[in-house]
Amino acid sequence: MNDVVMEAVDVHKRFGRLEVLRGVSLNVAKGETVCIIGPSGSGKTTFIRCINHLEKIDAGRISVNGRLIGYREVNGKLREDTEASIARQRTQIGMVFQRFNLFPHKTALENVTEAPVHVLGVPENDARATARALLERVGLADKCDVYPGKLSGGQQQRVAIARALAMSPALMLFDEPTSALDPEVTGEVLSVMEELAHVGMTMIVVTHEMGFAKIAADRVVMMDEGVIIEEGTPEHFFEAPEHERTKQFLSKIL
Amino acid sequence: MLAAVDWHVIWQRIFHPDHIFFRALYTTVYIAVIAQAMGVLLGLLAALMRSSKLWPLRFLSGVYVLIFRGTPLLVQIFFVYYGANLMLGFTLIPNSLNLGLFSLDGAIVAGILALGVNEGAYMREIIRAGIDSIESGQMEAAKSLGMRYGLAMRRIILPQAARVIVPPLGNEFNNMLKTTSLVFTIGVYEMFSDAEIHYSNTFQPVEFFLAVAFWYLVLTGIWSVIQAAIERRLAASEQGDRLTFRERLAGAWAPAGVFVRR
Repeated sequence: MNDVVMEAVDVHKRFGRLEVLRGVSLNVAKGETVCIIGPSGSGKTTFIRCINHLEKIDAGRISVNGRLIGYREVNGKLREDTEASIARQRTQIGMVFQRFNLFPHKTALENVTEAPVHVLGVPENDARATARALLERVGLADKCDVYPGKLSGGQQQRVAIARALAMSPALMLFDEPTSALDPEVTGEVLSVMEELAHVGMTMIVVTHEMGFAKIAADRVVMMDEGVIIEEGTPEHFFEAPEHERTKQFLSKIL
Repeated sequence: MLAAVDWHVIWQRIFHPDHIFFRALYTTVYIAVIAQAMGVLLGLLAALMRSSKLWPLRFLSGVYVLIFRGTPLLVQIFFVYYGANLMLGFTLIPNSLNLGLFSLDGAIVAGILALGVNEGAYMREIIRAGIDSIESGQMEAAKSLGMRYGLAMRRIILPQAARVIVPPLGNEFNNMLKTTSLVFTIGVYEMFSDAEIHYSNTFQPVEFFLAVAFWYLVLTGIWSVIQAAIERRLAASEQGDRLTFRERLAGAWAPAGVFVRR
């Protein structure tokens, strides 16, 4: 595989007694869109939260663009990295949440300019121009000065995508981006994501939207009980899933 | 015994107070403002310490609240004024503090310190509740954009928490305006001392205490108007509504509790 953006090796994670991830390994190449599917409780959300170190991992390693995430190697042992360097690594990993998590006290435009200006130090005017272009790209050119409270769920999620894109990330993580949306607006969010996939953004998407996976994914990964049980092209999953658990799961959501 | 009340004195104290009274009023106000500001800063510090990863900081924050909420304010005031220098072995409370433009009497310094530190213990709880009221997703979103803890607090969490913090903070300041009267016990010449001294010269308690009560009411009344205006603005910025000037004015002039928060 050429140009690996994200590499996870044997990642383990436990919450107390519950082992949520039991050795997950996954490589994602530049420009690739990988969809992670699986029943709830299978660890897929926890896994992508580990990729930008919102969760600490207990064993294994995750690196993005060849650099270890959240840890640094000291005499062959992994130590948690400093807050500053974790923050710096996160600037290149965009994250879109199930519940949007827009900043309610800032307008759509300010949500998008916030991090470029205050984290990267981009001049305010440049950041605003970029933000306008991004909001236009997600179809919200007319909503720049509107506060999130006045936007629909689909609009909020599109602002959230623009906000993540404003950092020019090398990798975008989507944590069930349409699960909290009304069915009639999931389409507008998915089409923005499709467009991103087509222009070569590297994306990891936790989703139940098989329609999206079919159109946009290069690869689909099925997780169950903290491990990846099957992986392949969307066609493989639709036509000839091998694993019994996968067949069961797909028959329920399709 | 209404006939025994000298209404003329009350009238005088309310409508034609002397300049000494105004100095006393001014003292009351700045003690309250500085002590409250100190309380907010200490409260913020203690609230952040409370959620620290380091247990000594959490412990310190807990002990702070335990002591200053658990003992009488009057005792704290006396302790700071009479005891702090002796206990510490250095001069925490000077005889007078020269601040260039004006100088503060040592008793005022002690009073502000005691009121401010005491207030900080109460503010910690208020600020903590404000911070806790913000969804954890906000901090996660900020972090995932590469913000560090301090920046995320300053730009994302605290501005939102302010909406929750400001109403009780306003009530705290209302309280503070009145509680400053306790520092009369260590010889600070503020509004209540002024009344007390006039009373002990004339033995007309009804007149002087009624008049000074009126003045406290004026201060807290003005404050509740300001408080309502601030809360109104915070509610507006959260909603994203642009209120008209008239709406703003109407909101600002309604007594604090009257208007309905949306």
